[in-house]
Amino acid sequence: MSTPILEARGLTRVFRVGGFLNRHDLHAVDDASFAIGGSEILALVGESGSGKSTIARLLAQVYTPSAGEILFEGTPLTKLRSRADQMRYRAAVPMVFQDPFSSLNQSYPVSHGIERGLKLHRSDLDAEGRRSEAERVMEAVGMRPASEALRKYPYELSGGQRQRVGFAQALAYKPKVILADEPVSMLDISVRIGLLNLMAKLRDEDHVSLLYITHDIASARYIADRMMVMYAGHVVESGPVDEVLQSPQHPYTQLLVAAVPDPRAMPTMTAEQAAGEPPKVIDPKPGCRFADRCPLAKEVCRTTTPPLLELQPRHEVACHVAADRVGRGAESEELGRAADLVGSAA
Amino acid sequence: MTGTSTDVRTTTTERAGADEPGRDAPVLEVRGLKVVYDTASGPVTAVDGVDLTVNPGEFVAVVGESGCGKSTMLFGVAQLLSPPARIAGGEVVFRGQSLVAMNDKQLAPIRWKNLSVVMQSAMNALNPVKRIGDQYADTMRAHGVKEKAEITKRSEEVLALVGIDRIHLRSYPHQLSGGMRQRAMIAMALLFAPELIIMDEPTSALDVVAQRSLMLQIKELQRLLGFAVLFVTHDMSLVSHFSDRLLVMYAGQEVEFGATRTVFDRPAHPYSKGLLEAFPSIRGPKVPLVGIPGAPPALNAMPPGCRYEPRCPFAYEDCKTVVPALYQVGGSRARCLLHSPDHQPPAGQPVVAVVTDEEVL
Ligand SMILES: Nc1ncnc2c1ncn2[C@@H]1O[C@H](COP(=O)(O)OP(=O)(O)OP(=O)(O)O)[C@@H](O)[C@H]1O
Ligand SMILES: Nc1ncnc2c1ncn2[C@@H]1O[C@H](COP(=O)(O)OP(=O)(O)OP(=O)(O)O)[C@@H](O)[C@H]1O
Ligand SMILES: [Mg+2]
Ligand SMILES: [Mg+2]
Repeated sequence: MSTPILEARGLTRVFRVGGFLNRHDLHAVDDASFAIGGSEILALVGESGSGKSTIARLLAQVYTPSAGEILFEGTPLTKLRSRADQMRYRAAVPMVFQDPFSSLNQSYPVSHGIERGLKLHRSDLDAEGRRSEAERVMEAVGMRPASEALRKYPYELSGGQRQRVGFAQALAYKPKVILADEPVSMLDISVRIGLLNLMAKLRDEDHVSLLYITHDIASARYIADRMMVMYAGHVVESGPVDEVLQSPQHPYTQLLVAAVPDPRAMPTMTAEQAAGEPPKVIDPKPGCRFADRCPLAKEVCRTTTPPLLELQPRHEVACHVAADRVGRGAESEELGRAADLVGSAA
Repeated sequence: MTGTSTDVRTTTTERAGADEPGRDAPVLEVRGLKVVYDTASGPVTAVDGVDLTVNPGEFVAVVGESGCGKSTMLFGVAQLLSPPARIAGGEVVFRGQSLVAMNDKQLAPIRWKNLSVVMQSAMNALNPVKRIGDQYADTMRAHGVKEKAEITKRSEEVLALVGIDRIHLRSYPHQLSGGMRQRAMIAMALLFAPELIIMDEPTSALDVVAQRSLMLQIKELQRLLGFAVLFVTHDMSLVSHFSDRLLVMYAGQEVEFGATRTVFDRPAHPYSKGLLEAFPSIRGPKVPLVGIPGAPPALNAMPPGCRYEPRCPFAYEDCKTVVPALYQVGGSRARCLLHSPDHQPPAGQPVVAVVTDEEVL
């Protein structure tokens, strides 16, 4: 792959939680490394609370990393210091927030947010041009008639309509990468397909890349090139989307794929498989965070954090057992132990 | 009202309190509900004619296109509408009492205790400047639970039920992930043992494993406690696996209502049929998908006949001018002229499967 458009190296974010007397560290994202290429859709899936939104917010500079770095077209974000550079980055890498109820400004009509973005980031357009651009992006997300939809206030819109307005705002910037945090979760299947096709078209025709965060695995398969799976703050697997879905290597990915429902068939997962205590992201100790729920866990899984290893070409997995299967168990343990030492020293 | 309720009783077994009086009465009856938004350019009708019964212990799912009025309908049922929205007609009867006529003071003792609501946006529903635990405590105190130990115990129990670490009782809503906020809301709805829980897309931010686990928990609690659930979702697998009956809405109206299996196997309304076809799968070849062509009508520009007619692959002349009623189709009912004896399609017209009673049984 040529220089990725967006890259994360050892990205980490720790939050302080709890009351006055019992402060704890919550490791929302721990040591995540990944890249998004040009004209690529990277699907990010995983457990609720595993750090997906935090990753998107770090990339969008809503949160600052506790450790690690982010590179945009090869340049670390920390080097983009001038206001102009910052503005360019914001426009090139807009974020669509997960909750459209709190992310849209309720005091202005929909047109305001979109045209404001256009004014800031698209100096090539005059008032007329902004107007028609705003209508174009609203049409694109299926909000028709666009002129009427633009006059509405966010509180006059349904959940799915707000969600589409959020996506339209990001489109208006002529972005290079869209950080889309569950952009279709409130859409019925028919409208959802329209938006998915739009994302694929953006990639194929306008060479836009997307970080597509979703719980809809089938939709990820439908449009994504690669898939990255998170569990409890860790990236546990990543690879070409079909490969990850057809031969998932990490036991959590296997559980996730098995749980994908088919409306035409009865559910296959039992209550027992599904049950699990909240994942261990609060003051975590070294070791695999899935170990307590894992049918394959060995002793080493409870003591040493498995590193993300490329077990097959372009297919990375963080699991001692999976590494052992391809004769790299010792390497997995050794690298994991070394990383844990560095982590506990920090 | 219709023959549907008899179907349902066979699917809701082991309801708690089955020997109490009035066990056969529905817990919720909605008749001809109509909700209007008074906008700057005049009133628009967002919900126009929903008839719905929910029996004790039953799980009723509601589906429909984005913007078709599902949330508005639920708000109307739960008496949570505020201006510019108002109920312009119809009745909502909960446990034999008419809710529409009640004022806030009369409704307060019922909320959370007998009827709890999980709204579409957990972020909107939770108080952003209050810790989760304090919000639970307020709710319990408002209903007479004063003992601090009891409050803490119950709060930890419901959080455990939805798979959230109890440390988050000390967290503010913004410190939780999207799916954790949704689960915190569901936990709040379970603080008491209500007769009816209304949920508006409560699991849209949950991964499939957590979602399955939560739904199985809810079903188990339903079996133990006997509460009914009215559930809006876009997730057809969830509907298929967990609901007893299914209400399909289109452009503010009820267009089909029947036993979930029947609607899945033989949708009687062309919109339901369109909705059930073509969703992406994780197996098999990847094929381009198109969804249902066209867009729903604007609220202020409803077609004069059937509201689905402009998009309907089965439409014929009459559909443009005749307003369809809800027709009885086997055990379900559907708002489509194909099922009206007086407006049959011209000869040679392709027809959607029309279910008969024999076929359903
Ligand atoms: N501002 C914050 N302060 C404290 N903790 C936070 C904050 N934001 C997120 N967290 C915590 O970080 C973890 C990861 O949250 P995140 O929102 O990234 O999850 P997610 O993978 O997007 O989950 P979901 O699928 O439920 O949206 C959670 O445990 C959450 O409680
Ligand atoms: N305050 C308001 N003023 C005017 N119209 C409104 C208002 N609130 C909602 N609407 C309109 O009422 C219709 C129904 O909205 P509702 O939120 O009930 O839809 P929904 O079925 O829940 O959709 P979704 O699945 O997207 O959440 C929508 O077309 C919406 O634009
Ligand atoms: Mg999230
Ligand atoms: Mg809604």
